[in-house]
Amino acid sequence: MRYWFPFPFLSLGLLTFWVLISQSTSPGTLLLGGILSVALAWAMVNLSPHKTVPGRVRPVFRLVGAVAVDIVRSNIAVLKVMLGRRGKPATAGFLQIELTLTDENAIAVLACILTATPGTAWLEFDRTSRRLTLHILDTADGMDWQHIIKTRYERPLAEIFQ
Amino acid sequence: MTVLDLPLWAALPVCILLLLGAGNALAGAIGLLRLKSFYARLHAPSLMTSGATILICLASMITFAVLQNRWIFHELAIIAFMMITTPVTLMMLGQAALYRDRAEGSKEVPHKEAGLREEAAVEE
Repeated sequence: MRYWFPFPFLSLGLLTFWVLISQSTSPGTLLLGGILSVALAWAMVNLSPHKTVPGRVRPVFRLVGAVAVDIVRSNIAVLKVMLGRRGKPATAGFLQIELTLTDENAIAVLACILTATPGTAWLEFDRTSRRLTLHILDTADGMDWQHIIKTRYERPLAEIFQ
Repeated sequence: MTVLDLPLWAALPVCILLLLGAGNALAGAIGLLRLKSFYARLHAPSLMTSGATILICLASMITFAVLQNRWIFHELAIIAFMMITTPVTLMMLGQAALYRDRAEGSKEVPHKEAGLREEAAVEE
């Protein structure tokens, strides 16, 4: 059983996704979706992903709320920089943060969050020194990015995944 | 082609969201032209992948929710996949730029071994 279905939840999720996308429950759809979901779960075995079980639910809502607010805010902030006067250059700069997160999936979620909020670009994460290098588009807008990332993103992520 | 009978109260927010989303994408394209350094230009396309995508998908959601001929699941899937997949491209571009600048010995980019040396000194 474990051999045929190495990642049962992934297979089930893929099948559900397939049915929802094609919006039909005809035998053909189910058969093709079933074959695909099992085959793709086998492909995942070779990638040997790090399995994580999310622990608590409440920090998820807090994180999603914070990210939604930050996406809107950072979009507006970056729009101002892009369309601002040519004479006033944005003071872009690099930022290095020591991450305390150890779970690889949590770090992947953090990468998605930082990319989804314009104004912060993920450049590099060094596994041995656990140092994350970011590029900040506008460092002069008075926002303490280190504080924002540490408290708004990293703490809820640590609560969810560890 | 079928003509969509969208009531006015739904058409207005849909139009506003579409225009805002398209404007966001346009601003990203303008930023790509105007910004000076490569690292700053990395931020321009993320305006399209976050703001513009979400706004246009919201407009699409409202349209098809009001017309009631399709689930809004597709738009949610689009937003989720954009969020999951864009970091891969941007990280590769960013790392390639960092690697090139370090190989050239640029003083402006943060040095890679700096962190390791500091930690080694602390351990000693």
